[in-house]
Amino acid sequence: MKKKIGLPAFLTDRKYRSRTTSFAFVIFGWVILEIMMNTGSLSSLFTSLLVPVCCYIVAAIGLNLNVGISGELNLGQACFMSVGAFTAVCLSGSLAQTIPSPVIRLILSLFAGAFVAAVFGALIGIPVLKLEGDYLAIVTLAFGQIVKSLITNTFFGIDDAGFHFSFVENKVELMPGGKMLLNGPMGATGTERISNFTTGIILILISLLVVFHLIYSRSGRAIMAARDNRIAAESVGIGIFRTKMLSFVISSCLAGAAGALYGLNYSTLVPAKFDFNTSILLLVYVVLGGLGNMTGTIIATVVLVLLPELLRSMQDYRMLIYAIVLILIMLLTNNETVRTALQRIRRKVRGKTNG
Amino acid sequence: MKNKNLMRRVAAVAVAAAMTASLTACGGAGGKGGNAIKIGASGPLTGPAAVYGTAVKAAAEMAVEEINAKGGLQFTLDFEDDTHDAEKAVTAYGVLKDWGMQVSLATVTSSPGAAVAPMYRDDHIFAITPSGSSLAIIYEDPDNAANPYGNMFQMCFTDPNQGVASADYLAAHPALGTQVAIIYKNDDNYSSGIYNKFKSQAATKGLSIVYEGTFDDSNASDFTVQLKKAQDAGADLIFLPIYYDPASLILTQANQMGYAPTFFGVDGMDGILTLEGFDTSLAEGVYLLTPFSADASDDLTKNFTANYKAKMNDIPNQFAADAYDCVYAIAQACEAAGVTADMSATDICDKLTTQFSSMTFNGLTGQNVTWSQSGEVSKSPKAVVIQNGVYVGVED
Repeated sequence: MKKKIGLPAFLTDRKYRSRTTSFAFVIFGWVILEIMMNTGSLSSLFTSLLVPVCCYIVAAIGLNLNVGISGELNLGQACFMSVGAFTAVCLSGSLAQTIPSPVIRLILSLFAGAFVAAVFGALIGIPVLKLEGDYLAIVTLAFGQIVKSLITNTFFGIDDAGFHFSFVENKVELMPGGKMLLNGPMGATGTERISNFTTGIILILISLLVVFHLIYSRSGRAIMAARDNRIAAESVGIGIFRTKMLSFVISSCLAGAAGALYGLNYSTLVPAKFDFNTSILLLVYVVLGGLGNMTGTIIATVVLVLLPELLRSMQDYRMLIYAIVLILIMLLTNNETVRTALQRIRRKVRGKTNG
Repeated sequence: MKNKNLMRRVAAVAVAAAMTASLTACGGAGGKGGNAIKIGASGPLTGPAAVYGTAVKAAAEMAVEEINAKGGLQFTLDFEDDTHDAEKAVTAYGVLKDWGMQVSLATVTSSPGAAVAPMYRDDHIFAITPSGSSLAIIYEDPDNAANPYGNMFQMCFTDPNQGVASADYLAAHPALGTQVAIIYKNDDNYSSGIYNKFKSQAATKGLSIVYEGTFDDSNASDFTVQLKKAQDAGADLIFLPIYYDPASLILTQANQMGYAPTFFGVDGMDGILTLEGFDTSLAEGVYLLTPFSADASDDLTKNFTANYKAKMNDIPNQFAADAYDCVYAIAQACEAAGVTADMSATDICDKLTTQFSSMTFNGLTGQNVTWSQSGEVSKSPKAVVIQNGVYVGVED
């Protein structure tokens, strides 16, 4: 048999093209930013945005798996971030004495955040995903509110005698030297900031790996079949509930990891941060980037997080212009004329490379 | 499908190019005056807490303009929006740092302030917050009030301090009432923080607390039970470390019961006269401990109130007064320490830290104001009483 000579399969095979693009894009961005950071040419503003952007990207990739690939509307991605973030902050705070190494604590906290968020995802998924229709949207919406108000009413502290916990009314009295890990409406304060950009990039790469591996697997094809035609998929023996659960739990797990990284990047974190607005913002990143398109999600997230910062010179009109730009982007990317123009450019480019 | 992919790719390249360009373009921008000391600040200019940020921004701008008009040291202010969000406050901090901020007003609100405090410490930039009252802004370990950042200062009282000051004031003025009842909101940090300190300070000062009533979000509309119990306990003064919304209901319901003790509030009570649908005649005779009253008769307050009214068409609140004082305090400290605009932020930070912990400042929100090494302010709060619908300063 004649052996094909040429580029490796992941570069030539159409099937893997979007995966390769995503990885190439992230690694390229990473290299550029690392070079800029090491030469000191990256401004303080953008340095401070690196970790939160990574967090939003990971949460949005997870959400895209849920909304784009599995076709279920999730309006509570931020509350999974919240669960992950507060788990991580509490764990990191309580292990501060036992494990002094920030790297090990960060990794442990990321796993813990991801795990707890996945457990919550599974708990919600079990009753809801058995139903047909938009029930997941309603339940995740409610879940977001529940998580927020649960955390707002939780008081959790640690001192030499061990852990102290109280609910609704703050009855935690700590010995001198003790630390409140979670202080009701004030959330977590005095968190040690141990997140870093490298971990953020690694987290993005891992989430891409997980998501693409799932998409190109047998389960992934089943998930998409269940999305496109539930009855047809069921008729060929695909377990709809199982496939939907798989994507939903992975989605919430990624959000949990993203939240953990986010929580450990700031010295203070309030439960109100992860409200309905944040969930919708994540959904906007996904929709704008393209349902099922991971590279698009990454780009949309970066653009939309940076946009309000770049518009700071507009002063009071900033948020107004942000909204207008957002609407324009939505309209333009769906405009027939623009699309045809782009198509023409593409044909020309292709004609040149082929000829 | 193909078309979609192409379009996305073209867009991706364009966006990537634009973004890379923007990453560096932002460095070194801004800077109005070459020879002015750059004061940075952030606060909510948009979103639900915008009322505080706007007040602080306007007052700080006023102070900078006035100081610059006098000649001498020149200042320039950059006020960035942080939407009362820790994440945005950190990016706003980045913007300010890129601009070349040398001194800072930190943040207007507490939680964003707690987020940027460690960064000010790491970068060694002096900051004094006008209105961030949480201990987490000046202490790395707020639970024990330990490990102060050292270069973070506060212009306003911390929440616990208000409780101490209230108890001190009541102990010094027995004419207001001797049998004290307290009604506070136990699911609110502000309220319970003041209550805890008030109670312990009252014990040391020998104040007699005859009744303690609580409420929370779910039952913040009916206070007749608490009022009845306070009345039965023989209270002739009710301490209300709460915001003006529930306080207005307490005043109304006490009036309906025919119960008329002296009501005593703290700075959260500020705003009760502007509350819609509230009969302000019920607030007659209410005492409140606030660092600032817009109707004080001294020239400083009169000028400030008039100028603020001309600029914003509104009566200044204590946030504005605190911000105004912050800028003046910075100016005074810079003059005294010999700070000039060409010094690095680190040098200025060292000089101002020493200066602030040793100097005395007279401003809108207090006379003989001093700061501790850890950045906490010490000033005597002004007691005001509401008479004919306006605050009237109580002369000691």
